[in-house]
Order: sequence, then C-alpha cells, then structure tokens
Amino acid sequence: MSARAAEGSLATTWLAPLVALLIAAIVGDILILSFGQAPGEVYRLLIEGTWGNAYGLGQVLYKATTLTFTGLAVALGLRAGLFNIGAEGQLAAGGFAAAMAGLLLPAGVPAILAVPFCMVAAAAGGGVVGAVPGALKARFGASEVIVTIMLNFVVLALLNWIVAANLHVGESLHTPTINAGALPRLSEVAPGFHGSAANATIILAIATAAAVGWFLFRTRAGYDLRATGLQPDAAEYGGINVGREHFRAMTMAGALAGLGGVNFVLGYKQYYEEGFAAGAGFLGIAVALVGRNHPAGVPLAALLFATISQGGLAVNAIVPKQMVEVLTAVVIIAVAVTVPEVQRLLASTARRVTS
Amino acid sequence: MIILAFLVQTLRIATPYLLAASGGVLSERAGIIALTLEGWMLTSAFCAAVGSFYAQSPWVGLLCGMAGGTAAAALHALASIRYRANQVVVGIAINLLAIGVTRFFLRLAFDSSSNSPRVPGFDWYVTSGDAASGPVALLASLVNPLVIAGIVALPAVAWVLANLRFGLRVRAVGEKPEAAESLGVSPARVRWAAVLAAGALTSLGGVYLALDQHQFTDNMTAGRGFIALAAAIFGNWRPTRVAVACVLFAAAETFQIQLQGLQLIPSQFVEMIPYVLTIVALAGVVGRAVPPAALGKPIG
Amino acid sequence: MSAEPKARGQGPEARGTAESRVTSHESRFLVATGIRKSFGAVEANRNANLEVARGEIHALVGENGAGKSTLMRILAGLHEPDAGKVELDGKDVTGWSTRQAIDAGVGMVHQHFMLVPTLTVAENLVLGREPRRGVRLDRATASAEVTALGRRTGLVVEPDRLVSELSVGEAQRVEVLKVLWRGARLLILDEPTAVLSPPEVKDLWAVLRRLTAEGSTVVLITHKLDEVMEISDTVTVMRAGETVGRTATRDASPSAIARMMVGRDVVLAGAQGAPVGSEVRGPRSEAVPPGRESRVTSHAVLAVDHLTVPAGRGGNAVSDVSFEVAPGEIFGIAGVEGNGQSELVEAIAGLRSVSSGTIKLGPRDITRLGVRERGDAGLSHIPEDRHRRGLVLDYSIADNLILGRQHRFTRRGVLDRRGIASHGAEQVKAFDVRPADPSLLAGTLSGGNQQKVVIAREMGREFSALLASQPTRGVDVGAIEFIHARIRAAAAIGRGVLLVSADLVEVLALSDRVAVMYEGRFVCVLPRAQASAEILGPYMTGLEGRVAAGGGA
Repeated sequence: MSARAAEGSLATTWLAPLVALLIAAIVGDILILSFGQAPGEVYRLLIEGTWGNAYGLGQVLYKATTLTFTGLAVALGLRAGLFNIGAEGQLAAGGFAAAMAGLLLPAGVPAILAVPFCMVAAAAGGGVVGAVPGALKARFGASEVIVTIMLNFVVLALLNWIVAANLHVGESLHTPTINAGALPRLSEVAPGFHGSAANATIILAIATAAAVGWFLFRTRAGYDLRATGLQPDAAEYGGINVGREHFRAMTMAGALAGLGGVNFVLGYKQYYEEGFAAGAGFLGIAVALVGRNHPAGVPLAALLFATISQGGLAVNAIVPKQMVEVLTAVVIIAVAVTVPEVQRLLASTARRVTS
Repeated sequence: MIILAFLVQTLRIATPYLLAASGGVLSERAGIIALTLEGWMLTSAFCAAVGSFYAQSPWVGLLCGMAGGTAAAALHALASIRYRANQVVVGIAINLLAIGVTRFFLRLAFDSSSNSPRVPGFDWYVTSGDAASGPVALLASLVNPLVIAGIVALPAVAWVLANLRFGLRVRAVGEKPEAAESLGVSPARVRWAAVLAAGALTSLGGVYLALDQHQFTDNMTAGRGFIALAAAIFGNWRPTRVAVACVLFAAAETFQIQLQGLQLIPSQFVEMIPYVLTIVALAGVVGRAVPPAALGKPIG
Repeated sequence: MSAEPKARGQGPEARGTAESRVTSHESRFLVATGIRKSFGAVEANRNANLEVARGEIHALVGENGAGKSTLMRILAGLHEPDAGKVELDGKDVTGWSTRQAIDAGVGMVHQHFMLVPTLTVAENLVLGREPRRGVRLDRATASAEVTALGRRTGLVVEPDRLVSELSVGEAQRVEVLKVLWRGARLLILDEPTAVLSPPEVKDLWAVLRRLTAEGSTVVLITHKLDEVMEISDTVTVMRAGETVGRTATRDASPSAIARMMVGRDVVLAGAQGAPVGSEVRGPRSEAVPPGRESRVTSHAVLAVDHLTVPAGRGGNAVSDVSFEVAPGEIFGIAGVEGNGQSELVEAIAGLRSVSSGTIKLGPRDITRLGVRERGDAGLSHIPEDRHRRGLVLDYSIADNLILGRQHRFTRRGVLDRRGIASHGAEQVKAFDVRPADPSLLAGTLSGGNQQKVVIAREMGREFSALLASQPTRGVDVGAIEFIHARIRAAAAIGRGVLLVSADLVEVLALSDRVAVMYEGRFVCVLPRAQASAEILGPYMTGLEGRVAAGGGA
C-alpha cells in the first residue's frame, strides 16, 4: 500500500473500502448460511449486542480506543511510505512502561500528575520500539516490514520474561496493581455503562487523532513527512532528508501505539497483563487501510472493527464468533485487492476523458 | 545417547521449519513475498487433521493437508499476481484468515474451540515400555515421510533452481522479470507455478505438525511460519544456508527444552534468537542479506 | 546548400560487394507504414515509416524522444501499435508477440540491457529456450553454444561468468549473442555504442559487417552521426514521432542529417511556417544582445571548476568540467541527452556527490552544502523531470510552490496556511497557471501548467543563479513562449542562468554562450554569434572535438 494511495480525491478514497465491505458482507452471509442460520437474524443480533445496549456499546468504545491508537500508528508510518507491522509490540511495550511508571510512583500522588507521567512513559516505551526499525531503515535500508515483524516477537518475548520471571502477581500473568494514575471509567459518569471497560482514554484517543491530523496537515514536519511518503525524489530535491524522516516517522508511530497501552493499563485493569495487546497490531493495519490512512477515518474504521469484534461475542450463541475473524481478514484482502483495481479504473477513465 | 536424543529432537523440531522455509525460498526467489507461510501451514494442519480423522488414515490426511495449503497459496497468488495487490497486506490477511477459518470450521466440524479429536499419524515405531526411549526407537521416530521430506525439501529446491528449466526461470523472474518477458517467458505464469509449489511444500510442514501431535490445536503453528521466513532471510535466500539456519534455530530450541530444569538461559531469550539474528542480517552486520531484486514488485 | 564532400568512412565501399546485393525487390524486407503509438498522454510515434533492405545496415537516427526506440520495440513484438502496418518479408506481422518475433528471426538488443545480473552468461543466453537433457538443464550444451557462437562471430565471452561481473562491453556482447543464438536474421540494436569505448566500438562494427556478409540485416538506432557515416548503408531520420527523411548514406552529408534531426518547424519567436529541415531563426538569434558584450568583472554568478562526477556503473559521468556564468548571462549547454548533462546539473544542485572539483555561487563555495542551503544561498533549480523531482503530484499547487522553501513559511513549526495560500494565489496569477486555483492538486494540471508551477516556484523568489534543465520539455507552445520570456527577463536584471536542453533550437534562441557536452566533457564553448545547428551538430554527435578534451572555457 503506497503512500500515494493515502491521499487522493474523495471518490477514490472511499469507494474501495465500501466495495470491500460489500464483499465481506457477502462472504459473511455465506458463512452464516453454512451454519444453518439466517443472515438477517445474525446481523440483528450483532447490532443489538453492540450498539443496542449500553454494556455492548461500552465494550465497542473500549476496543475502538485501542484500535484507534494502533491504527494511527500504522497510518502515520504509511504516510511516510513505511509499513509498520510492529504495532502490537509497540503497544505492549507502551502499556508495560505505563505500568512500571505507575508502580514507581508512591501511592497518593494526585492523578493530575500521575496520569500524564504514565502517559509519557507509555509513549516513550512504544517510541523506543518504533525507533529500532526506523534507524535500521535510515542507516542500512533494512526492510521495515521484516524488522517490525521480527521485533514484535522479540519485544513480546522480552516482556514475557520480565513479567514471568520477576514481576508477576501470584499465579497470574500480570504485574502488581499500580499505585497511582488510574483513569476514570465511563461507568462512573454514565451508570448505564456499568461493567464495560470504556474509560477516559476515549478522550485521549480522540485528542490524539486530532493531534495527528494537525501534525500531518498543519505543521512543517508533517509536510516533510507526507512528501517523503508520496514522492521521495521530490522530497530530496526539496531539501528533505529522507532517512531522517523515516526514522522520525517510525519513532512517532511507535509512540502512538505505545500510548494506546494506557487504555488497558490505566483505564481498565490498573496493571499490565500478558497478552493484552494480542491482535491489536494486525487489526491496526486493517483500521488504517479502511480508514485510508486519515486521522479522521481511522477512529471511524476503529469503531467498525470494534463493532465486528464485539458483535462476534454477541452472536456466539448461534454462529461461532470466529466468523468475525474471518470477516476481518476478508475485509483486509478485499481492500488490498480493490484499491489498486479502483485506482487503475479511475485513472484510465480520467485519461480517456482528458486525452 | 544424550547427543542422539538431542539430534533427533532437533531434527523433528526443524522439520516444519525446513518445509516451510523451502516454500518461502521458492516463492521469494520468484519475487513474491511470503509473509503468509504461517497461514498456509495452519490451513494445511487443519485440513490434514480433518482428512486423517474422517478417513482414519494419515496418508489421506497428508493429501488433504497439501490441498488445503495449496489452496491458501492459490489465494495469495491470485491477489498478488492477478490483482497486483500489496503482497505484505495480502500475506498478513491470509494469516488472519487462516486463523479465523480454521477456528470456524473447528467449531463446525468438531464442536470445539480448542482442539480436534485424536487423529492417526505416521506411527511406525514402538512407543511403549523401555524400548520407547532406546536409540532404536529414537531413530525409528524419524522414519516418517514428513521428516524425510523435510530433510530433502531444501536440497530439492536448490536442485530445482539450479538444474531445471523452471528453476532458471524462477531465478530470472525474481531478479529481472523484464528480461524474461523480452524473451517470451511469462513472469506471471512462472510466479503462479512457484507460489503453488511453495504452498505445497509449506503445507507439508503443517501436515507434520498436526499428524505428529495427533490433533489440530487452535493456532498450533504458533509463529513457526515466521521463524521459517526468518531462516529464509537469514540464509540469504540460498537453500543450503537456509537449511543450516533452520537447524540452528531448532537446535537452540532443543537446547532450551532439554536444559529446562537447569534454568541456564531463560526460554524467552532462546525464543528470540531467530528473530534477532534476522534483524542483524538485515542490518548487514554479519554480511548483508540481499533479497531478490524484483521481490514484492508487481509486474506491469 | 553546398554539398559536403563525400561522407567519411565510406560505409558500403569498405564492405566490398554490399552495394550489388541490395536489389530492388529485396529492398522491402522490413516495411513499417504509418505507425502510431501512444503511452497514456504521450504520443511516442505519430506517423513513423521505415523501409529496410535485406542484408543492409540501416541506421535509424533522431534525438531523444523522437520515437526510434518505440518503433523498433513494436517491430520486436514488445508493443502493439495503435495504427499502422508492419510487414516482414512480405508477411503482415503487425502487433505480433515477442515470441512470434523471436521465432521469425527478429532479435532486439536493448539500450538498457535485458540481462539478469545474478545468472551466468550461458543461462542468460538460453533463457526461454533452454536445452535439456532429459529433465535437467543441459548446462554443458549451453556453455558450448556460447563458445561456439563466440568463435563464429568474434563475440567472445566466458559462458560461466556471472553477468554482474562483466564489463559493459562484454555484457553487450552477451545481448548480441542472445539474439543470434535464436537465429535472428534481423538484428535491431538500440544505441549500442552508448556504453562502449572506441576499441569496443570497432569490434562491434567488425561483428556487424561479418553478420551482414552472411546475409543478416541490421537496424542500428543511434544519434551519433560519425557511426552512421562509418557503418550504415541507408539512413532514416525521425523527429517528434514521425519519419522526416530517408537516404542512402553515401548520398548524405552529416550536416544535412543533423539538420533533419534537430530542426523544428514550431514557432519560436515568430518563425511560423518555416519549411521542414531548415533552421528556425528568431529575431534575437543573430544579433548579440546589446549591453552584454562587455563582461562585468564582478564575481561570476556561478563558477564550476574541474568538476568530476562519478557515474553509477563505474567511470565518470562528468569529467573535469570547468565554466563560469556571468551575471546577466544565459549559458547554454547543448548536447544529446545522456552525455552527462543531467549529472552535471544534479551535482551543482546538491543532489549528487562529486568526486573532485568545486562549485561556487558568487563568492561562496557551495560544494559541501546541502540542497536547502544552496537554495537559501540563491540557487534555483528547474529539474529536468518534473514528475519525479519537481513536483509532489498529490500535493496542491500552493503546497508545491513552497517545496524546498517550507521553512520560510513556517512559524514555530506550524505552517502558515494563510501565507501559503496567498503566496500560491500570487504566483498562480503572476505565472499564468491554469486553472488559476492554488488548491488544486498538481497532478490534475496539464504538462505545461505543471512546468509553470515549477518555474513559479524557482523563479518567483530571490535567486542569483538559475539551473534550468529541459525547461520546456513536454510543454505546449504557449507555455514555451512564456517560459522563455521569463528566462530572458531574469537575465536582463542580472541573474545568471545555466540552461541545459536537448532542444538545440531552444539553446540557440536563448543563450549568450553555448557549450556542447559530449561523453561527460565540454567539447566546445562558443559565443552565440559563432554558433548554429550546422556548427554545433557535429560536436553534439561526436564528429568534432573528440580529441580536444575539455574545450575552451
């Protein structure tokens, strides 16, 4: 997926994902029928279980929050022309850093200090992990695709060791509860959401998406970054140091994913737990693709995938929830296939009109 | 005796790596990125379990496994070659698809979300009593068509690349498809063939996993496909070196398992070895890993 | 027009009985008529014709972009023409495939080698038609074929060496062997000597002569007239996608061919309807512009001293070039593309590293400075490839107008959007960009307007020296006039302009002094008054100035 695909007219931007969703819906219908159920019934249950009740909606919001961060992490990389497959490791590292920061603080530190402190730690943790592929790409031209995939395993194994060997509580796979820096749950404000994990990180997610948008389109650094992704030769001609842009972009992307760790660690469980980041990296890629790498599209796409994921649980009684996993993958393939096709179609139509 | 046990276990652990890596090398030498080895293996493992279960025969399981893995490869080829989609994205998507599909059909066929019932494998050796751990039994455990396939796979790929017309065309198409095209060789057709063959090879790795453990477990490949890819990269896409890398990674694992009680090196660090080595190879610290020049670039 | 004395080289005579072999019914061995071919918006062939006789060496000449390669690739089966007909030996073969062409005995040796670097010579030779022994590749036979063929044709290469290790001349030998091995009776060579040294060129001629003596036919695509005179029997001249002339070499003069190659019957400052092939003269081109005869003795605006720029594949793209551009001067570099002009400009702009020499902007040595610093110091650069270097097509016009200068429109890290927009509106109006909406994406504009955006950016600011590389390539006539006027205006107020163009008419119309670049060196530098297409043509095509290295500066 080239950065060139990231910008473009509204038609090209949104047509492909819509076609992809249509294809996914058709495949979904087939799967549902193969299980002997009626698609209409299943979709109804899915909507009811997610947006139809407060708990479900809360869960959707919670999941969408994490996906917004990882989606932004992938989208930012793609805007610079880089493929960030390492969002899961970056997210885990960020969450871990936030938990450690929280543990370091003495109990009783006011939230107004503790929370930002932990957030900064989360971003830093993810940023460090993102910096590695960035540096290797800038210095050696090493494929960021492979490095990020490999680094995912390394980071997760490392974290596993640290926790399993030293920090776990009793029989669990999580660190001790942190002393300060918990974020309020949504249920504290709106009691209907009782039981769901949705928390104030939602606000942070929206703010971050807005900040990324502002960065990309309103700052000079964002201009340089986008130019690097769209046309590196012209960027170089314009005095931009392409290697440095790559490094910066990967580091920032890592920080974005790391920041997402706050959702679980500060907002939900108040500790770091093994595996909280599972799948968020790959789903982040899906979110970025469907959201067309745009800070406004990413949260929407995150809501979509969170709905599908949560919806799977809701329909589990009549159709295996794994169906949604299949659908997610189908959406990704469909988007990957339709984007070049749609672009080619539109380009050749345009050429025929103007020539 | 200990050494023998070590070697045997290493070889058995290496088998899926060797098989998957041979598929990865073939595909990537032809220019198609193979991030999807994991998905192919998982699909073939499931199909092998299903086939073996319903026919109560490991051979049927093997055939079904190959069919499933090759079908997954065909999907990759269709999206990447015919539709020129981004091969990284497609690869990741197929991996996710494999997880979802296998889980879905696991529920459908066996009404379980964790594992299938026990299926017959290639059990030609004595497993009970003292003989179970004697040297004869150990060696006999290697008499498994899939282990043999694993030993032979990479040398076979090397031989094909060097000695067959098809192998020459694969090498040409992975480096400079325009050159092949200008001589009337269709890069698309060569790539299709390479990817399907790669799928068949990789699927044998999945078959081995399922039949060796006598069941299919949810997500049983557990990252082996990525280790195989790491071996392919670390071995600089040269079959002999890749084979060495596979055995190396497997040896480290065996080492760690056998010394588990001693707690010398934490298991997590042993896990990391293949991945760290690959990153290092890409950075060129121990000699540059240079991929085939046309890797990942769609034709036209 | 006084005819030049008999062409040097005596092609046909040197080969003995070649003349007698070209009888009239065999003169139409390969015939292409009315070929038209477009790639997207670019019309590569407009009305191309070709008639090649059996057994001859036929030269196809023209500038870059004239359409020669496209025509021959159609012949070789790599493209299908949009219109027109191709006949080989009486049979209609229009739009055939590569395989069919190869099977029929047509072999093309491409300008950019189609060799797989990681395979051996023998493997590259047999790819697609590999000999087999049972199921295995028959390597021994393949190697033997290479050796045998080499002995027969004089093109000797070791069969088991990797192509990546070969010298350029050896690589080309493999390309020729490839087509010969497939039984090519019609060989098409695309700029074969572009990468060869003089002794290797001699070897190639010997091979071609031997081949045609055995009955093969050769079509040689080239822009080098000395080669045309030396080796060919017939010459076809192409320009701007169509065939403009065809003559037997012994009846031709190099200057006439050169004129056909570079002449243009397009308006340039009022010479409408000038006959094809004649020189186009604008009102200013004869007289030396007033007020610029006496060079002001202040610092040269741009001074390049003994500059050497390495080439990718070994050797130098630019060798020991020195020159100065005075304030108010337009210094033009003429020459067929590929002789080092691009690398020279990129080196001065800061996009390419130099191995030795210095570059000075006014009194300041900028050799070690980066691109942005050079821009800030007063150097502007119109790049030759606006799509690759000059514009980010997915950015708006306004955003493109600040490329390279973003820091001037930034306040504490934040882009001054209003400033950028108003700057965009200003420039769009001043430089007549159409449509005049700075928020449009640059990719939606026509070629001419895109170039105007680049010009607006580079010339609509403070600069002391301007590098203008192919400034009017792919630009419509109206825009060309506009751009030329701008360049002249800049010089008139004391700026220095380095103009590089493959269009000789443009160089002559604008420049005060003209240099010709050939194979990385300046082979001559002349004041405008002493320069013309007739005089420069031979320098551009290697006939003159070969021995004199560096020329006057």
